[in-house]
Amino acid sequence: MSDLHPSFLARLILALRAFGRILGDAAFAAEVSRLDRGERVGPVAPAAVEPPRPSLRETAPDSALQLLALLQREGRFVDFLEENVSAYSDAEIGGAARVVHEGCQKVLREYLSIEPARTEAEGARLTLAAGFDAAAVRLTGNVVGQPPFTGTLTHRGWRVTEIRLPRLAEGHDVRVLAPAEVEL
Amino acid sequence: MSEARYAVGIDLGTTHCVMAAVDLAASDRDDVAEGIEAIPQLTAPGSVEDRTMLPSFLYLPHPDELKPADRVLPWGEPPPFVVGELARALGGRTPIRLVASAKSWLCHPGVDRRAAILPVEAPEEVARVSPLQATVRYLAHLRAAWDHQHPDAPLTDQEVVLTVPASFDPAARELTAEAAATAGLTHLVLLEEPQAALYHWILASRGEWRKQVRVGDIILVIDLGGGTADFSLIAVTERDGSLDLVRVAVGDHILLGGDNMDLALAHAVRAKLAAQGTNLDSWQVQALTHGCRAAKETLLGDAKVEAVPVVVPSRGSKLIGGTLRTELTRAEVTQNLVEGFFPVVEAAARPTSRARAALTKIGLPYAQDAAMPRHLAAFLARQVNATRDLAGFRDRLPDDTTFLHPTAVLFNGGVFKAQPLLARTLEVLNGWLDAEGAPPARLLEGADLDLAVARGAAYYGYVRRGRGVRIRGGTAKSFYVGVESAMPAVPGMEPPIEALCIAPFGMEEGTQAELPPQEVGLVVGEPVRFRFFSSSVRRTDHVGAVLEQWGAGEVEELEEIEATLPAEDRQPGEVVPVRLRAAVTEVGTLRLEAVPRTGAESWKVEFDVRGEG
Repeated sequence: MSDLHPSFLARLILALRAFGRILGDAAFAAEVSRLDRGERVGPVAPAAVEPPRPSLRETAPDSALQLLALLQREGRFVDFLEENVSAYSDAEIGGAARVVHEGCQKVLREYLSIEPARTEAEGARLTLAAGFDAAAVRLTGNVVGQPPFTGTLTHRGWRVTEIRLPRLAEGHDVRVLAPAEVEL
Repeated sequence: MSEARYAVGIDLGTTHCVMAAVDLAASDRDDVAEGIEAIPQLTAPGSVEDRTMLPSFLYLPHPDELKPADRVLPWGEPPPFVVGELARALGGRTPIRLVASAKSWLCHPGVDRRAAILPVEAPEEVARVSPLQATVRYLAHLRAAWDHQHPDAPLTDQEVVLTVPASFDPAARELTAEAAATAGLTHLVLLEEPQAALYHWILASRGEWRKQVRVGDIILVIDLGGGTADFSLIAVTERDGSLDLVRVAVGDHILLGGDNMDLALAHAVRAKLAAQGTNLDSWQVQALTHGCRAAKETLLGDAKVEAVPVVVPSRGSKLIGGTLRTELTRAEVTQNLVEGFFPVVEAAARPTSRARAALTKIGLPYAQDAAMPRHLAAFLARQVNATRDLAGFRDRLPDDTTFLHPTAVLFNGGVFKAQPLLARTLEVLNGWLDAEGAPPARLLEGADLDLAVARGAAYYGYVRRGRGVRIRGGTAKSFYVGVESAMPAVPGMEPPIEALCIAPFGMEEGTQAELPPQEVGLVVGEPVRFRFFSSSVRRTDHVGAVLEQWGAGEVEELEEIEATLPAEDRQPGEVVPVRLRAAVTEVGTLRLEAVPRTGAESWKVEFDVRGEG
């Protein structure tokens, strides 16, 4: 069917076959009639699928700010990062780090379900078959040849399986990470 | 009755509320479709989350404090107050606007529970609420949460089981039922919390409970919640060839719970810091209490840890410079918590009324003795004869027994998440049993310490429909009114009072006591008050029995009760002889009526009378 330039003999055979079918098959006759008027017939061949051009999008800042506000509320995260740590001893920083660690850990556990991207122990040898998810596994070092790739797991990675952020009131100003406090 | 699709259990706790439900249509015998209900609530201004527990806190914000959008809820118009997690958080910074422990106030006989008295320390301009109103608001929130999640099955059409401490007196039970009715819970039944905990144990065993207990067992339920300690004894008997459960005794109302313990630890650490020259403000003490609670859980959960750092963050944005660091040691936890609240004492020990400054708070009658085992010893000794008249128990205890011997223990309440406290309690109890030659009590496993009461309550709503074993027992007290003795008046001496029994021990729901033969006089048009008594040990007094005297601790005086006879066709001031009749309603509250000699009418006798007085 892919022959775009059939020979005279082939065209003659086709004309005779078509003659018989046009007389005996009304549906076939209708198709030929449409072809004769210059219309396209049969199923439209799908256009060749071009890979989508990667594009960039802006992410909505709401949930980022919401998470930051939670980390600040429970773990004083912004306070800690905004402070100049060079002025303090390691013991002082350690005391504050407990507040940050305990609170931020609580936020991660409460609002997100996080699990390692790979379940193997770090240091283990593992093999990646062709078609592995390049977003979830980053190849490093001697990256040559064809899959399957065999290598050592240096970091298990993290993957969020569930997000349970609080619902926010319409019009809630998420840019206020922590309100100022004024004691009366 | 109703076309209820669910049986809903509500644990209306001193510090937390929990709601659970059984899908009646989807359940069959021991195969019960049940679960905990999520309770959407504000966790920060303008931020709503689903939680399994609703902290029982009410915050009354200043009009300029929160925008309406900050108080938003998934349903309806935002109310001008805040309930739940955010209320607790805001109250930590502004305690003068926070209502806490409303449940303890609801059963506080020293105050008018319908009067706007909370928060006690609020300034003039704060519109206070009554303990009753606060309770209504918690229940209304739970109802709205349910209705939002079950639009096809509104809570008002469901069978609701609301739990109360076993030690709640008739007035507190009636106020709880009234709050529920105001919140729109129309099909209501009250259930004692320790019973709910046992129902949960039955539910969790999926029918296996019959193999874990036998006839002759006496199950002690120790329920130690955030604010109260509640004891109950449940006997395992036989009825028509199958096991039956009878609740034979309940303990006194003891305001002693997990919050006292966390507070006591925080005060110990605060004293340590003060000795080093650091004084904490009230906000820091609260952060310290929070830190101590977490540190305590670590220490009690891991025997190898000797000390856990506790940090109190600064209030300002300078976190590193302003943070105080101290530590909680194993010795401090042992001394303050284990020895302070769970000391090893003899079975003969009794609670002392030694003042403990660290535990007292203005207003509420907190237990003066923090030692839980002493309260337990007193309870078991008082109830030594609780099973004497039960078939199959007659010969169980030798004559020289000084306290009732439980054979199994069920623990409930968040406090017992700390295994060492549970182990210590069991050790103390088994020490007492051993001293009297009795075998040690078994631990009934499978408790869900925080959520058991709500789940057990929902399950009770299910078994009430005849689909499982029910705990019998009726009222755990007999009730009396005070009548002046008929002896000739002696100048300078108050006429002695006698107690006339009007409600016998063990009245079942939906039953009415007979009329006592004795009459009392009511003055038409004027409120008349009577002294009112109860006993948790006098099991055999019949209606009409008159006690001329009683042993110490045998009879307890409750709040006065009050009856008012409307004037109508009588002369005001006329004295009408009436008889007092008791009934236990279907809901589970006690109801007293004044019945005149003639006519079909009767008048309700009120329990909660302080407001009008």
